[in-house]
Amino acid sequence: MTRIDDTFARLKAEGKKAFVAYVMAGDPDYETSLEVIKGLPGAGVDIIELGLPFTDPMADGPTIQLAGQRALEAGQTLEKTLQIARELRKTDDKTPIVMMGYYNPIYSRGVARFLTDAREAGIDGLIVVDLPPEEDKELCIPAQEAGLNFIRLATPTTDDARLPKVLQNTSGFVYYVSITGITGAAEAQAGDVGPEVARIKAQTDLPVIVGFGIKTPEASEAIAGVADGAVVGSAIVGEIAAGKPVAEILAFVRSLADGAHRA
Amino acid sequence: MPDDRLNSFKSGPDEDGRFGDFGGRFVSETLMPLILELERQYEYAKTDQSFWDEMQDLWTHYVGRPSPLYFAERLTEHLGGARIYLKRDELNHTGAHKINNVLGQIILARRMGKTRIIAETGAGQHGVATATVCAKFGLKCVVYMGAHDVERQAPNVFRMKLLGADVIPVTSGRGTLKDAMNDALRDWVTNVRDTFYCIGTVAGPHPYPAMVRDFQEIIGKEAKEQMMAAEGRLPDTIIAAIGGGSNAMGLFFPFLDDKDVQIIGVEAGGKGVNDRMEHCASLTGGRPGVLHGNRTYLLQDDDGQILEGYSISAGLDYPGIGPEHSWLHDIGRAQYVSITDREALEAFQLCCEQEGIIPALEPSHALAHVMKIAPELPRDHLIIMNMCGRGDKDIFTVAKALGWEMEAG
Repeated sequence: MTRIDDTFARLKAEGKKAFVAYVMAGDPDYETSLEVIKGLPGAGVDIIELGLPFTDPMADGPTIQLAGQRALEAGQTLEKTLQIARELRKTDDKTPIVMMGYYNPIYSRGVARFLTDAREAGIDGLIVVDLPPEEDKELCIPAQEAGLNFIRLATPTTDDARLPKVLQNTSGFVYYVSITGITGAAEAQAGDVGPEVARIKAQTDLPVIVGFGIKTPEASEAIAGVADGAVVGSAIVGEIAAGKPVAEILAFVRSLADGAHRA
Repeated sequence: MPDDRLNSFKSGPDEDGRFGDFGGRFVSETLMPLILELERQYEYAKTDQSFWDEMQDLWTHYVGRPSPLYFAERLTEHLGGARIYLKRDELNHTGAHKINNVLGQIILARRMGKTRIIAETGAGQHGVATATVCAKFGLKCVVYMGAHDVERQAPNVFRMKLLGADVIPVTSGRGTLKDAMNDALRDWVTNVRDTFYCIGTVAGPHPYPAMVRDFQEIIGKEAKEQMMAAEGRLPDTIIAAIGGGSNAMGLFFPFLDDKDVQIIGVEAGGKGVNDRMEHCASLTGGRPGVLHGNRTYLLQDDDGQILEGYSISAGLDYPGIGPEHSWLHDIGRAQYVSITDREALEAFQLCCEQEGIIPALEPSHALAHVMKIAPELPRDHLIIMNMCGRGDKDIFTVAKALGWEMEAG
């Protein structure tokens, strides 16, 4: 059992949907980002997605691209991203942290060393966008063996024939990408997403969380209503980009979390 | 024996798209079903004679293949050593080797029922070739080009527009070829149903590195036959410039199992292969990593962040290299060297003066290495160098580098 499993068990007992918030580690700088992340559990966030900056984020729209650039320019590294997790764990031992990013920074550090460090830092799961099931030997299987969840993306192009392959080595939860496209682009439609979530749930007992294109408390509520939870990333990152005070950013996060929890 | 797969250098990639440890399919789940479908369709087309008949017909009548293998007599005399042959792929329609591959991919796209073609381009040669073939077949064409390259390759931007393509300047990242490739992938992930991504080099997720190589292999096949006709034997050394590495892979592949043929790839050394990364020599100055769907040698920092390369040649300005080259480098079947901007410019001028051929800056790098080694080699040593593109697009860059005043218009 990881903190992710515990969290979904708790939510189930409370009859609530999960709210997942994505923040880029080190954006706009280490200190601000740490302050935002430390405030997320208090703002109603059930699971934190901690973005690992990368120079070439191929699946991300401009909002998250720019966040990664800001973080890298401010000196963010994989080590400092692990440090953010360690700092959060000093005050919070319950909220799951899922590191989300691309493979090369992890590969560059060395998979074995990374997994040891990530676990020690209190990270619970990984989402690595450019590692499909075809590349499971790279990180997915070693991560599971190290006791970390490996959370896979399922997408509108993942048809029923392929779905078992995507679900096979997935653990923690399934992240359904609501649109064909990049983060922060088109708006997710609950009417389209509902049947897709049902299609996935027919093949797995894992919770299905939906992300990409969810920008408002209303959308958070609507999407969480047809799934086990909702992820918001670009909309929160946009508030950080606008230079808003941390309290204001967290108030916005609170409104998104309340939306999902109303569902 | 070439047909013994275990003892052949030509058996890759394996079913996972790997050349040794390099290559693979490092893409997001949204794209995965698309590249699997592409692989199925390509594997089918490869064994379909009507596919190759269509290619051959267009190569002959539209591109102008076979391209000549030309004995560079004055260059040979000037350097005073090895006999130098140039494979004249700069004489192809659109002025470079790029169209060999584009034709293959567009014919495949048409067979797959795709109506919209996207491409990335650096120097603009692949973009021009893609726009050209799209015009010929009446397909919608969108070309992503780094904003920085749009500025330094203005003539090619205008060509693409004349040919009906939408050229989208890419400002994300630093606005060069790697960023153009990122944005092309973002487009593909968004427009999965009707769009075909026509990659310009032997990189990207499997099956692209193998497929692009197979479409470029015509260069080496022709060169081999032509050398047999001219000299009655195989060349001793073959040389080509490498950015992503498609012209080089095309020349090298048919010779991989001819073990007496020395194979040399020439990377862009920019201002010199140094710590400041003012070069694009991924093999000489990089280390293995994962980018744009494949594992290969990359220019990157200690934290796995990708670095921008630098070269006077926009076509070589890419921080990675095709995975098959990484493998050939590691097993030692091919040798990889680097040439600086300054050396490439000298070769550019020498080729103009001695042979009446204005080469592109990319093959000028290969020629500069020929200039280094040819004088020391015996007079019966045979070299083939791939003249993969012509230099019309580069005259403004060269004029500036040589301190000439030139008014455009």
